[in-house]
Amino acid sequence: MKSNIALAFEKCKKKNRPALITYTVAGDNTKKNSLKILDKISKHADILELGFPHNTPIADGGQIQGSSHRALKNGIKLKDVFQIVAKFKKNNPLKPLILMGYYNLIYQNGENIFLNSCKSSGVDGLIIVDLPYPENKSFSNKCKAKSINFIQLLSPTTSKDRMKKIIKDSHDMIYYISMLSTTGGKLKVSAKKILKNYNKIKRINPQKNLVIGFGITDKTISSLKSANGLVVGSMLCKTITNSLKMGQNPVTKLDKVVYNLKKKIT
Amino acid sequence: MKLKIKKKVPLIDQHDKNFMYGGKFGGNYIPETLKKPIDDLTKLFERLRKDKKFLKERDNYFKTYIGAPTPFIKLENLSDYLGGAQIYAKVVSEANGGAHKIYNATVHCLIAKKAGKKYVVGDTGAGYAGKMLSMAAKKFGLKCKIFMGAKDIKRQRPNVEAMKKNGALIVPVTTGSQTLVDAVSECMRYWVSNCDTTHMCVGSTVGPNIFIKICAWSTAQISRELIKQVKDEFGSIPKKLKLINCVGGGSSAAGFWNEFMDTNAEFIGVEAGGPQNSKLHAAPLTNGSKIGILHGAAQYVIQDKEGQIGLTESISAGLDYPGISPLHCFLKDAKRAKYTSASDEDALEAYQLVSKLENISPSLEPSHAFAEAIRIAPKLQSSEVIIVNSCGDSLKDKDIIKQKIGSYIR
Repeated sequence: MKSNIALAFEKCKKKNRPALITYTVAGDNTKKNSLKILDKISKHADILELGFPHNTPIADGGQIQGSSHRALKNGIKLKDVFQIVAKFKKNNPLKPLILMGYYNLIYQNGENIFLNSCKSSGVDGLIIVDLPYPENKSFSNKCKAKSINFIQLLSPTTSKDRMKKIIKDSHDMIYYISMLSTTGGKLKVSAKKILKNYNKIKRINPQKNLVIGFGITDKTISSLKSANGLVVGSMLCKTITNSLKMGQNPVTKLDKVVYNLKKKIT
Repeated sequence: MKLKIKKKVPLIDQHDKNFMYGGKFGGNYIPETLKKPIDDLTKLFERLRKDKKFLKERDNYFKTYIGAPTPFIKLENLSDYLGGAQIYAKVVSEANGGAHKIYNATVHCLIAKKAGKKYVVGDTGAGYAGKMLSMAAKKFGLKCKIFMGAKDIKRQRPNVEAMKKNGALIVPVTTGSQTLVDAVSECMRYWVSNCDTTHMCVGSTVGPNIFIKICAWSTAQISRELIKQVKDEFGSIPKKLKLINCVGGGSSAAGFWNEFMDTNAEFIGVEAGGPQNSKLHAAPLTNGSKIGILHGAAQYVIQDKEGQIGLTESISAGLDYPGISPLHCFLKDAKRAKYTSASDEDALEAYQLVSKLENISPSLEPSHAFAEAIRIAPKLQSSEVIIVNSCGDSLKDKDIIKQKIGSYIR
């Protein structure tokens, strides 16, 4: 059976556009709002990434750190994250949802317990920022056994040999980090150059769904639309930060931003 | 599983193919972007440590620039005052810059030069790692950036001034607890974004495996000198010898013990117990913390049930860190070293006593080690020998000491 993630990419390919992938943090700015946000933006986005916050992130820039900090300050726990997922999936069973975070939370929870919670709440995939290949082999196999997508990451520093191995071990989606940066950095590489790298990776295995993330905003998204998917994260976290500052409703604000992003790639 | 330290194999090399010590400490829990820079650095270091020319270069800088060997002295007055064991100090604070951090900083700058990097970045807590890196960077013509918690910038002013004088750019870190843990995170984030042009120096035996290796390999100079000095003083290694060292990240202890690994010497590591009657501390080995992932490595770490890293508090900025080197986790579980803690108050008292009786004045970090020496020495025989690594000078702590006890003596 095809996964929700694979089906989402198929649907987008038929429409000749990239999948729009959003990233927000569970519990930002409240538990309730983060669920409302997922419900709203899922009308425009094809795949949703949901961050489970960690207080010592080594690869996140200021915006996502800010969102994680707000969520943790609200006392968000892993069980709340799974509750948000379960509630969302109840209304949107086919919309792919990917959890993203750092390994220590999984390690403390226990890999098997964590994966069981993923399964029962309806998580479709996992991105673990600090569990690279090949150290992630055993965990990614466990994911596969539970039909949960383990999403491998590639970066501009990944050698071709290494890419081949990682792609061979990948599931339905691969994430290409556009540039040397933490999340939310300014796009310091031209879209042309990013796509050149992207196409090199695609040639290794054209069947694999490859998405680009890091540094993508409403300003840059249309220049990259030949990719299979595009991830926008920090810009959404920033939108929440700004709307809170201005006393606006982050849910409606985010709905508009994601709607506009979608328009730019359709 | 019972862990065992292998004889005749350097401690830093006793890891498996996943770079784990004892199968559970260390490793490389890092973002994909850092895989290649870390692989490159690993290969370069493995080549250099076998390269006789490089070793000669290192030894030459250790001698002429750092001032090897640092003194080994008997603390006659302190020994007489306490009665019991004979207390000695390895006065590593006499090294250029005033602390052991100069070894790691110098080696990192040498490696950065070999790697063709023009920029070097580092983290700092007490400010020593940053000060030394800025010194060494200046010496070797590298541009230097130091990440330091905003709280530490306030409490370690003398070292901040020194870094500025050396031309380093200090980046204040205002996230989290605004101490060392956040400085290390921010430094790693910076490296993720700039790993193509920049060499990163992790200030202690923490972080991804290669940084643990380089740091412990560098500070091992301390025990290379000491084992000779001990043999000169006693004719052979005393039967009952205790080597006491403070541990924060664990770099000075790793270097202080390294050459004695296969001897009978007892190792005692002293963690920061924090203020008396406070639950906050920085003593993951003493207080039964669980294994977790921090800054790219598995280690005993202060954290909550969920895996969020815990807040720490210590009067000593250099020990104020929730994790501990995977090497020390390994030594603890293999029962090769014992770990205990000293409170802020114990450390202050030890600082006062040593500064009053002797010609040395330890900073608050080694004062934790002196506190343990002072505690146990009276219970020991006069044939027993205690050596404390006095790895920092109190001058940098002048402000804190004045504020806590009203006066500063040195």
